[in-house]
Amino acid sequence: MSRAFTPKVITANALLEGDAIWFTEDNTWSRNIAEAELITDEAHGDIRLLEAKADQSIVVGVYLAEAKKTNNGPAPTHFREAFRTRGPSNYSHGKQEA
Amino acid sequence: MYVYNDFDEAFVRERVSQFRGQVARRIDGSLTEDEFKPFRLMNGLYLQLHAYMLRVAVPYGTLNSAQMTQLAHLADKYDKGYGHFTTRQNIQYNWPELRDVPDMLSDLADVGMHAIQTSGNTIRNVTADHFAGAAKDEIEDPRPVAELLRQWSTDHPEFQGLPRKFKIAVTGCEADRAVIRAHDIGIQVVRNEANEIGYKVIVGGGLGRTPMIGKVLSDFVSKADLLPYCEAIVSVYNLLGRRDNKYKARIKITLHENGIDKIQELVNERFEQIQPLFGGIDQQFLAEIEHSFAPPAFKVKSTDGYDAARLANPAFRSWTDTNLSEHRADGYAIVSISIKQHGATPGDATSAQMRVMADLATKYGHDELRISHEQNVILPHVHKSDLLAIYTALRDVDLATANIGLISDIIACPGMDYCALATARSIPVAKEIATRFDELKLEHEVGPLKIKISGCINACGHHHVGHIGILGLDRAGVENYQITLGGDGTESTTIGTRAGPGFGADEIVPAIERLVLGYLSLRMSKEETFLQAYRRLGEAPFKDILYPEKAAQNAA
Repeated sequence: MSRAFTPKVITANALLEGDAIWFTEDNTWSRNIAEAELITDEAHGDIRLLEAKADQSIVVGVYLAEAKKTNNGPAPTHFREAFRTRGPSNYSHGKQEA
Repeated sequence: MYVYNDFDEAFVRERVSQFRGQVARRIDGSLTEDEFKPFRLMNGLYLQLHAYMLRVAVPYGTLNSAQMTQLAHLADKYDKGYGHFTTRQNIQYNWPELRDVPDMLSDLADVGMHAIQTSGNTIRNVTADHFAGAAKDEIEDPRPVAELLRQWSTDHPEFQGLPRKFKIAVTGCEADRAVIRAHDIGIQVVRNEANEIGYKVIVGGGLGRTPMIGKVLSDFVSKADLLPYCEAIVSVYNLLGRRDNKYKARIKITLHENGIDKIQELVNERFEQIQPLFGGIDQQFLAEIEHSFAPPAFKVKSTDGYDAARLANPAFRSWTDTNLSEHRADGYAIVSISIKQHGATPGDATSAQMRVMADLATKYGHDELRISHEQNVILPHVHKSDLLAIYTALRDVDLATANIGLISDIIACPGMDYCALATARSIPVAKEIATRFDELKLEHEVGPLKIKISGCINACGHHHVGHIGILGLDRAGVENYQITLGGDGTESTTIGTRAGPGFGADEIVPAIERLVLGYLSLRMSKEETFLQAYRRLGEAPFKDILYPEKAAQNAA
């Protein structure tokens, strides 16, 4: 039996700034994971990943990342993905700076 | 110092211009990322967790003041006002934007610098003893050979697609400050029985997931034969090295799988073929390069003022006790500037700090600076009468920490704060250890102790050769830190032994504290260092200290 599908978001880095970005329901890229589309179905996820990868003129390195549902929208579950929503821990640079 | 000739200058400018075109074509959509990625990596541009990262080569760790000043300029204009010095004597910028990178490379070219071959499966930046040309124990300055290797390896048509990256380090003396036994090729200047200068050549060392200590391929290669000999090694590796498995592709594995005898035979065979083709041209280049590395005109002057200042000022005395090394010239010292202020990020220098260091090199240091693989900055040639002025200027910009070689002089890779490959963070662990031992006011009591931290198995933080090594891993979605003990990165290179199960992020600093306090109670005298005590006693008492519950169970 295959393992149950866990919720995911599609993420990448912006081509020009290299900043972490997430794929939204209306096929745009957001700088905020909370605005991402939370994917709960594996087949739908495969299709959405293909769609997200279709136009790579403004994004780099598209992949599916584990996420969870919260009242404020999708949130990361793994610490690596959590760091990508904030920035480094040694300076308040990156997203946390804004 | 070596200064670019017309050929170097034209080559680097041409490369900047090519890359400018490639970036423009990536941005306008003519190039896909798959097409663009090899080009950006060839020019040192990575994409990390939060941004791009540009890795600029500092060949054999040597910089002049104008170059250091330009690094400060790049930090201000294109980054966030700082740069990160790495364990390959390079500098990394963590926040450049893609559009700006061609301008950054152009600004670097203005001072004879570039980011070529700081990535990819090529021969990387050649590193050297950071005390080269200044150390008292040196047979010969290893940098002319390092520069010759740089010129030979840069854009070498045969070696642009090696099975894997390839790292060379050179040292001019028996004391190894360049970790040459953990390199693909390690070169040590030696004398033979006839008192001629030549090179001991070591191959197949490396850290990473399969750490190995290099083996001596030749005890003595003459000066004239060194370059063809190195070419023969890389050439044999290029054909024999595995391309089917990235984790078995480094020359250390090639050597391990084929044995030193076979590699020796193949290298000698290849050497016989190619040596005549060099025709001595490399020796002509080397002679010119050697000329440009002529030592500065050392001044002869009294050091009375220095001695008096040491007596009068205890903080200055402590700094001179810790941060100076013996220089070959009378009245001179080698100054190690600690980029490890307690609680700061190891290896990070602000633009203001870079400018102060550049100014000090201009005023007092014969215009020379070095980056050490231990992520500090060196003023290699300083007359002792100038040390107080240097100390005072450094103190004003938080660069006068007296901790070289001590527990807070930690090597740490960027880890998961920046690196896309990392499995855990390194920087916070380094900061907390340094802060803790500063609070305890114990680091001078503890004495020489090298802690090295890597945020993944690739071991950029050299954890295998730390007296105490820390490896950050992802254990079921949580940061976890493994401790290794007894590593050594010098001429007596030793790979550390894993102590046991890893520690959580909140347990690792207390574990290190326990270990170090335990050492203080185990050592025979103040003179016995951590490493000596470990070698005398073996791992058992140190494991008992790290895992007290297990020790109690065993005792019961």
